[in-house]
Amino acid sequence: MSTGLAGSSVLSVDAVSRWYGNVVAVNDVTMTIGPGITGLLGPNGAGKSTLIGMLSGFLAPSAGSVTLDGAAVWKNPEVYRTIGLVPEREAAYDFLTGWQFVLANAELHGLPDSGAAAKRALATVEMEYAQHRRVGEYSKGMKQRVKMASALVHDPAVLLLDEPFNGMDPRQRLHLMDLLRQMGAEGRTVLFSSHILEEVEQLAQQIEVLVAGRHAASGDYREIRRLMTDRPHLYVIRSTDDRALASALIADGSTAGVQLDEDAGVLRVEAVAFLRFTELLPRVAQRAGIRLYEVSPSDESLESVFSYLVKS
Amino acid sequence: MNTTVAQLTARALLGGRRALLLLVMSAVLLALAVLLRLSVGVDHQVTADFLGAVALGALIPLFGLIVGTGVIGPEIDDGSVVYVLSKPISRPTIILSKLVVAVAATVLFAAVPTFVAGLIMSGTEAGLAVGFGAAALVASVAYSAVFVLLAVVTRHAVVYGLAYALIWEGLVGGYVPGARTLSIQQWSLSLAETIVERDLVSSDVRLAVAGVLLAVVIVGATWYAGQRLRVLSLAGEE
Repeated sequence: MSTGLAGSSVLSVDAVSRWYGNVVAVNDVTMTIGPGITGLLGPNGAGKSTLIGMLSGFLAPSAGSVTLDGAAVWKNPEVYRTIGLVPEREAAYDFLTGWQFVLANAELHGLPDSGAAAKRALATVEMEYAQHRRVGEYSKGMKQRVKMASALVHDPAVLLLDEPFNGMDPRQRLHLMDLLRQMGAEGRTVLFSSHILEEVEQLAQQIEVLVAGRHAASGDYREIRRLMTDRPHLYVIRSTDDRALASALIADGSTAGVQLDEDAGVLRVEAVAFLRFTELLPRVAQRAGIRLYEVSPSDESLESVFSYLVKS
Repeated sequence: MNTTVAQLTARALLGGRRALLLLVMSAVLLALAVLLRLSVGVDHQVTADFLGAVALGALIPLFGLIVGTGVIGPEIDDGSVVYVLSKPISRPTIILSKLVVAVAATVLFAAVPTFVAGLIMSGTEAGLAVGFGAAALVASVAYSAVFVLLAVVTRHAVVYGLAYALIWEGLVGGYVPGARTLSIQQWSLSLAETIVERDLVSSDVRLAVAGVLLAVVIVGATWYAGQRLRVLSLAGEE
C-alpha cells in the first residue's frame, strides 16, 4: 500500500473519565498513543471499548479531553480524514458485496479516485478473491479483513481496532498480525484492544493495561511481563503432612502467608517471590520428608493478574 | 446531500421484503379505490371520506413510520451506521440525505397512489385527486422528518411513532378537538380543504396556521435530528 502519510499522528488522552449514571467505565486515564503499535490490554469489561469509543469520537468523555494532533476528537468529523476505525461489532451492510462495501467507504471519504483506493485496500488485506461475494456470506475472519480494508481505504495515519482478533482462526490471526506490523512499520499510529496477553505481547511495542476502568500499567512487553511475574502468587497444596509443611514454609522469606484449610484438606500459600518459591517448595518438602500430591496455582486467571496490578 | 449515503440508504431500505410490503399496501389502497368506484359509482363525498380516513388517516402515517424509522433505525441498532459516521461528512448532511430517501419512498409508495386513487374514484373533478395528492405530499415530508428524528433519538421509535399516529392523531384527535391542532393529519387535511371544492373536506386548522406548523415541524425535526446525530454515542457491548 502506498503511504501518503502526512507525518505521524499522536492521540492524547488527558485525564479522561467516562461514567454511565453511577457506573464509572473509564477512570481518570492519561496516555499518549504515538506511531507504532500500541496494545490496549485488559479483561472484559475493563473499559477498553469505552476508551476506543472516546478515541474514535463516538463517545463524549465525561471529564478530560481526547485530542488528535491537538484537535478535539468529539463532534469533529474532520478527524476521520486521519483516523481509520475497525469496530468490534460485525454488522456491515451485509447486502453489499465486499467490493461495493469498500468502494462505498472510499466514496464516503470523498476520495478523488475511489475505485483505485478500494482496489488497493482490498489487495492489502488479500480479499480480492472474494470481493464479489456478499459481506453477509463472509466468515468472521473475512468480515474482519473487509472491515480492515474499509478502514484503510483513505490511507489513514491512525488505525483504531477494537478486539480485532476475536473469532479469528490461527492463520487469519497471523495474517492480521503481519498486516498490523506492516502498518506500524510504515509509521502509522496503530492501537488495538485485546484481553489476551500473548496476543498483545507478540504484536505491540507499547502496552497500556486497563483494569476496571483504570490505567493499571504502561510500558513495553518486558515491563508488563515483569509486573505480572513479580506479584504474590496463590498456591493450593496437598501433601502427606500439611501442618509440618506449613511451618517449614513460613520460616522462609518467600512466603507471605500460609493457611491450613482443614475442611478442604489443603494448604493455601501466598508466595511473594515467584521464582524463589518455586525452587524452595520442593527442597523444603524433601528435607522434611513430606510428599507433595498437588501444587496448583489458584489465581492464574488474567483477571487476578490485572486486579493485582490495580492494587499496586 | 451526499449521494453515497442516499444510495446506501435506498438499498438498505428497499432491498429485501420491505419494498414488497410497501408495494402490497399501495396496491391495497388502489384495489379498494377500484372496488368503491365499481360498487358505489362516482360519489365525491365517498371519495373525500375514503381518502381522508384511509389514505391520510392510515396509509401515509404508517408509511412515514416504516420508511422514516427504516432509513436510519436499523443501522443504529446493529451498529453499521458507524461506517457512515466515521467519515468526514457533517452529520446534518447525513440526516438530510437519509430524509430525502425517506420522503422519496413515502411519496412514491403512498402519496402518488393516493393521487391515483383519487383519479380512479372521482377523476379530475372537484379537485379531489390533486387536493388529496398535495395533502399526502406534505404529510409525507412531515411524517418522514418526525420519524427520522424519532429513530435518532430513541431505539423505540416504532412504538412511539405508532402511539403518536394511532393514539394521538386517531383516538385523542377523534374526541378532543384541541388535539387536532397538533396533528400532521389535520394540517395536511387543511391543504386538501383549500384545494378541494364544495366543502367535501373539513379540517379544524386554518391553512395559514397549518402551513406555519408544518414548516416548523419539518425544519425543526430535520435540524434537531442532525444535532442529535452529532452527539450519537456508539460504544461496544461493555
